[in-house]
Amino acid sequence: MGMRKIEIGVGLFVSLAFAAALMLALKVADQSMSGGGATYKLYAKFDNIGGLKVRSAVKVGGVTIGRVGSIHLDAEDFTPVVELIISQEYSGFPDTSTVSILTSGLLGEQYVGFQPGFSFDGIESLADGDYIEDTKSALVLEDLIGQFLFSRGDD
Amino acid sequence: MDFFARIGRSIIDNCSTMGRASILFWGAMVAKPQPTKSIPLVIKQMYVVGVQSLLIILVSGLFIGMVMGLQGYTVLVNYGAEESLGPMVALSLLRELGPVVTALLFAGRAGSALTAEIGLMKATEQLSSLEMMAVDPLRRVISPRLWAGIFSMPLLALIFSAVGILGGHLVGVDWLGVDAGSYWSIMQAAVDFNDDVMNGVIKSIVFAVVVTWIAVFNGYDAMPTSEGISKATTQTVVHASLAVLGLDFVLTALMFGTE
Repeated sequence: MGMRKIEIGVGLFVSLAFAAALMLALKVADQSMSGGGATYKLYAKFDNIGGLKVRSAVKVGGVTIGRVGSIHLDAEDFTPVVELIISQEYSGFPDTSTVSILTSGLLGEQYVGFQPGFSFDGIESLADGDYIEDTKSALVLEDLIGQFLFSRGDD
Repeated sequence: MDFFARIGRSIIDNCSTMGRASILFWGAMVAKPQPTKSIPLVIKQMYVVGVQSLLIILVSGLFIGMVMGLQGYTVLVNYGAEESLGPMVALSLLRELGPVVTALLFAGRAGSALTAEIGLMKATEQLSSLEMMAVDPLRRVISPRLWAGIFSMPLLALIFSAVGILGGHLVGVDWLGVDAGSYWSIMQAAVDFNDDVMNGVIKSIVFAVVVTWIAVFNGYDAMPTSEGISKATTQTVVHASLAVLGLDFVLTALMFGTE
């Protein structure tokens, strides 16, 4: 009788710990997004990526459709290339789509804003491995202040 | 000359204590494991060490999460960044507070009990009688307690972190009105499973080995008097807490220092 109570207690304890680990993996660290689900890759060249980081979100109108996979410098023209890993359920964006690096709130983290272009005849849709031509760089506060001071100097 | 003799004696004493602790660890953990016989003993000890520590872990995890939600909110709201409450609570719990506070509570709740139990076994000559009956007390008494501690503490730390994050949600979202969606989604963007969750688990496994080892050794090495047992129990809590805090710095520097 004593041993049975102990076994039930230990069983409950271990299952509780297992549930906690599952919650930490799925709800807190969000393994499902990075691990499962088919994805495809798009690339975009920027002049300046600001504070964009790997795993930053890619959003269309506020809806997260993917994450930044990797960031590296192009070997030939030395501009940053950002790899965007997009979930397969959001595919068929037209070739004329644009991406820009935006900031959520004044001090928030930076994310990639994806603006689907208009699709009409003769426009292909973006497929795995394509480069997005039309990009807008991150707004760097120091450059902005520099421009402001420069334009004030003319007066 | 007396002065140097004192220094020498204390160094020799410390070295021989370390040696005896290592012999105990080797004898209990490595030498001749008997899985069929020891599993029921380990389960019984997991009940004593793990299940009975569950209440204090749940309650303190909940309240530490709630306090962090409250304190974090009052600072972050000044910068309009109260949405970052989620990653703040989650990262500090997973990386630091979960493993460390669990280890400290475990040292106080279960470690002291282990020391007192084993010390009393020694004082009442139960360990010697086991040896008389050709039963190795290291394998029969010490080993299941060590294994139970090493299994239980990482599980307790996981529960602590999960409950703490829910506590932060309770205060931050349900009471102070941070948006629930951003609490979770910014947390998910900031927390990495391998870097944060798994490193926290590795930390708590290290703490589990150290705390249980110190507890069991102090009991096994206690002077077999009532005064000796009380001294050993105090020593367990003090040494284990200091070891956890010191090791935590080293582990943090190794895991997160280069980022």
